[in-house]
Amino acid sequence: MKAANAAPRLSGALIIEALSAAGVRTVAALPDITTSHGLLWPLSRRKDLRLIRVCKEDEGVTICSALSYCNHRAVMLMQQTGLLDSLNAVAGIAVEYHQPVCMIVGMLGKTGGVAPEDNRKYSVRIVPPVLRAMGVDHLCLESDADIPDMVQAIHAAYERSRPLVVLLGSKVQP
Amino acid sequence: MMIRTEALREIARLRGDALVVAVYSSAFEWLDISPHALNFLAVGAMGQAATNGLGFAIGLPHKHIMVLDGDGSLLMNLGTLVTIAEAAPENLTHFVSENGTYEANGDHPIPGAGRVSFAGFARAAGYRTVAEFDDIEKLRAGLPAFLDSPGPRFATLRLKAGDKPQLDYALVHGEEARKRFAAGLTADMAARGAR
Repeated sequence: MKAANAAPRLSGALIIEALSAAGVRTVAALPDITTSHGLLWPLSRRKDLRLIRVCKEDEGVTICSALSYCNHRAVMLMQQTGLLDSLNAVAGIAVEYHQPVCMIVGMLGKTGGVAPEDNRKYSVRIVPPVLRAMGVDHLCLESDADIPDMVQAIHAAYERSRPLVVLLGSKVQP
Repeated sequence: MMIRTEALREIARLRGDALVVAVYSSAFEWLDISPHALNFLAVGAMGQAATNGLGFAIGLPHKHIMVLDGDGSLLMNLGTLVTIAEAAPENLTHFVSENGTYEANGDHPIPGAGRVSFAGFARAAGYRTVAEFDDIEKLRAGLPAFLDSPGPRFATLRLKAGDKPQLDYALVHGEEARKRFAAGLTADMAARGAR
């Protein structure tokens, strides 16, 4: 029996298909336990997506920016701790220079189905207000029903040349 | 010891149609020495020059990408040596001007000035070719073979800054320089039939 308050399902397979649909060809990534099994491992086995394993998250911000000049769509996959650690690159490269840097962010410690701002964990709660203060477009995927919004948001980021953060509201399942 | 402008002139002589990513002090001099539509100014977040180069090397696999990095800049992002070696772009050449100071920020010494080995870092990270040059004649003689060697390739240029370059921050941070680069790259890609 399904528990009444079970976290909504977020499917890694559907996220990967959505990335392909959005024209993404390269994923820069640093492992995050909330996306490792359901998203990063399956991504690593795909032949149609190039995976760049980075040592630090701000490298991924820069790689996505450089690739955008080459008409090559990419995303950076990381945890919210890595996003917070990379804010100088996000501000200095993506925001100031109007670059379509797209970041997909696992939210360690977030309760699925609960809006990030309403979570008990400080490092989860502060992410949306920080992004608003920086003027970075963002959305949170809580369930599979939200995944098409990510495709539209990635298209919009490249068309408008603006950075984008997609928060993953639940642990991603395969 | 070499003067940086002398070393940059040698690199410019063999540039061909390479896309060049340059950081602050090197960038100011490079713009004068080798004006070109495909000069990319790596500003905005210190330490990201080589990572920019990696992005371009992946996105433009048939184009030679040169990075003119600084020692202080690379120290801020040493992990990128490992990231680059792992991705292993054959079309990437990474030069580091080692003068031992944060030149654009008041000439303070870098940590480990004169003791750390940037070539040693690159070798240990897994770059396929690693070299060091501290004399202009040796650079002139060795550069062609170095550039023909398997990539990713890395060279330390031990040098002195020489005369202070004209620091036109408005130019390097300005939107016009990025627009010019983007237009140049778009034209270059169209000429090559790239998609």
